[in-house]
Amino acid sequence: MLQKRIPLLIVFITGIVMAVQYFVPHPVSQHIYDTSLKWDRAVASMAYILAIVSFLRFHTRRLKDKKYALYSTVSLVAFFTMVLVGFVLGTDERSLFQDIYKNMMVPLQATTFSLLAFFMSSAAYRAFRIRGLEATILMITAFVIIFGTTTIGNYVPYMNDIVEWIMAVPNLASKRGILIGVGLGVVATSIKIILGIERNWVGG
Amino acid sequence: MSFNAVLMVLFLSPPRVFSPDGTGKKLTVQISLPKEVQVQITSLQLVRECKTGEIDTLDILPFLKAYTDNDLNYKVEYRYKILAFSNGNLIHESEWSDFAKPKAEWFDTSKLPLFIVMILFTVIIIFYIFQARANKRLFLRPIAGLEAVNEAVGRATEMGRPIIFISGLSTISDIATIAALNILSHIAKRAGQFETRIIVPCYDPVVYTIAREMVKEAYTTIGRPDLFNGDDIYFATDSQFGYAAHVAARMVREKSATNFFMGYYFAESLILSETGASTGAIQVAGTDSVAQLPFFVVTCDYTLIGEELYAASAYLSRDPLLTGTIKGQDLAKLLLTVVIFGLSILSLFGVNLTLGLF
Amino acid sequence: MKEFFIKLSKLDRKYIYFIILVGLVLPLIFPPKFPQKLSPQVKRVFEYIDTLPRGSYVILSADYDPSVAPEVHPMYKAVVKHCILKGIVPIGVTLNVQGAGLAIDAFQEAEMTVSARRDTDYVFLGYQAGGAVVILGLGEDIKGVYKADYFGTRTKDIYALKPVKNYRDIALVMSFSGSSIPASWAVYAYTRYGVRVAAAVTGVSAGDFYPYIQSGQFIGMLAGMKAAAEYEYAVNNLLKERNIERYSTSAIRMMDANSIGQLLIILFIVVGNIGYFLSRRRK
Repeated sequence: MLQKRIPLLIVFITGIVMAVQYFVPHPVSQHIYDTSLKWDRAVASMAYILAIVSFLRFHTRRLKDKKYALYSTVSLVAFFTMVLVGFVLGTDERSLFQDIYKNMMVPLQATTFSLLAFFMSSAAYRAFRIRGLEATILMITAFVIIFGTTTIGNYVPYMNDIVEWIMAVPNLASKRGILIGVGLGVVATSIKIILGIERNWVGG
Repeated sequence: MSFNAVLMVLFLSPPRVFSPDGTGKKLTVQISLPKEVQVQITSLQLVRECKTGEIDTLDILPFLKAYTDNDLNYKVEYRYKILAFSNGNLIHESEWSDFAKPKAEWFDTSKLPLFIVMILFTVIIIFYIFQARANKRLFLRPIAGLEAVNEAVGRATEMGRPIIFISGLSTISDIATIAALNILSHIAKRAGQFETRIIVPCYDPVVYTIAREMVKEAYTTIGRPDLFNGDDIYFATDSQFGYAAHVAARMVREKSATNFFMGYYFAESLILSETGASTGAIQVAGTDSVAQLPFFVVTCDYTLIGEELYAASAYLSRDPLLTGTIKGQDLAKLLLTVVIFGLSILSLFGVNLTLGLF
Repeated sequence: MKEFFIKLSKLDRKYIYFIILVGLVLPLIFPPKFPQKLSPQVKRVFEYIDTLPRGSYVILSADYDPSVAPEVHPMYKAVVKHCILKGIVPIGVTLNVQGAGLAIDAFQEAEMTVSARRDTDYVFLGYQAGGAVVILGLGEDIKGVYKADYFGTRTKDIYALKPVKNYRDIALVMSFSGSSIPASWAVYAYTRYGVRVAAAVTGVSAGDFYPYIQSGQFIGMLAGMKAAAEYEYAVNNLLKERNIERYSTSAIRMMDANSIGQLLIILFIVVGNIGYFLSRRRK
């Protein structure tokens, strides 16, 4: 029981202190805030150690599994190569570390990113079906926006005005509506955690 | 030279010094130089003297009308004087101002409207929590995406395949991530009851450590700590597209029966959810990332939109105290809608009130 | 026929990916050269700059980084060239540290294509840290905020900057960005100093800036690859008029490929719906 109560008490006290701190400009309050940020950074850097241990454990165990051995070997080799190159040859602008990053990591990330073009087409192919009234409105809107933002769309009268109206009025209004709900949800969740009503994180 | 000398005699008034806020760190020095002097100035210096005797000189931009001196000590008194130069020649030197202390206050009055709204909102929520305690039955509208959570876990059990849970690509300071982890706890308990495997690849180291503990706790709560497998809740990578590639690969290789995407997402959302859709998995997403919502809506079977993500924990647990907070949230939203509507109507008639809120 | 459409609507995604790949790569190799036409927003910005008197000054703020360069960089290059062709002096600044390298590339291209001369036809002041403070500072004294330009020349000694003190001497400020920086220009430069502001942003972020056009805080906005291609096309027409044959077509080519990709998606949606409709009738 105590095992649950102590973390709940810590959360309650720090939650209230940090909420009040926001409204207090006094240097003492600023000092509390700065100290908490330093703690935050210290905790996060310790978490990295645990994360790296987890990464290494995960991949070394999979080396025994034929199905995954190859992939995990690549992950481990890549990890140790970067660590070694970084520690031995440095990480400054003209180092091998930066070269590997720029010529391998960046293109690999760009390649994964570019998959979006393909995934978007297959998702659109499957999703925009005239199943009912709402789906039809969604499809027609998508149709107008997709067509309106092509070069040829400029040749259809009023197309640009319609696209602009859709983006500036219904699109923005719905976005803001969602954001207001999100804002309130964030505050409510914070209050629930501070008051200890939401306690899933200590096992419920 | 003689002209400069005349100026020096004429304009020796000290600068005005005051505290711009209550942080106890700042003093603003007002620089009011006559126009005749202003046009000649090429550089300006501010001399600061502490009551303890330390003197510092600060170079400031020549066109400034006020300069805010930062990082001061609220227990020390300071005074200032201005030196104005024209091409390196001193043309104006003011008298010392009076000694002033940076003001350190215990309440920022500019945040008063926000404070009132916060208190009001908290009171509303606490009121509904008490109502829930008094056993007043509170109605919650059915949310399809949350109704589907149990079904989705059940499906994975029937098929004998694992569940993949992603808690988003944001950090733990993002409330969406915390909401996602709360949902993870529910799902882990449910999956534990059915002895279904749950895989949680993590993007952020802090989130990883918390997710791991939460799943462990969830299994302990249902009395099955033996089911916890540390290798299934792991840190994958903190590279955005590297993570997307890893999770996509796991979905394909493990042939997961159910995928959950909860929390905050960026451009990788479609890569994750479309890959999941291609493997035929049942998918439930929940995010407050407005830009990524459309992608989840078209690729997932169920999507929790915005605040539904935050309501999920209360909905799944049916704990009256938690559902009380949702009622409070709804009332606050209603109040806010009335205020926005009222102010919009007023602005149509040319009355622009902001109540200090916006 | 019916069966064909039903089959087509259940087409494996591999084939869809292949068609999209071909649709995107082919127009990059063999440009289809779709006819271009200026959309109203692009026209507004183009005409505003086009009708400024010779010798006017505009501030072009390169507030973007390489991640959004494919969309925003062609716009920056086209606007720089447009200004120089019309005898307007662009003053290049940047509030994003990575923007300096990109902006200097645009000015170097202008040197090669339209024979722009540094410190006479254009000025490049470079990066200044501080965000909103810089925007406010430029409203008071540009040479006070930038004591030297990007190349180390004292701003007081730059010939082209002699008549310029602050926003009162600037006809337009244009912020090129993939983030919310253009909003800061609207709030601090327009609202406080009344200088005209325009924005050039990515397609994804365009939705956030429409309210600024509605309220008149922006005179216009260039949004996404389409606007980049249209502006590039308009500037190419100016170059043609002057018999300068060094056109830039990077945005036009990318937009052509983009258009084909988008049209293919529309085609997929239509085919998918025909198949869906027919299979439902059969049931």
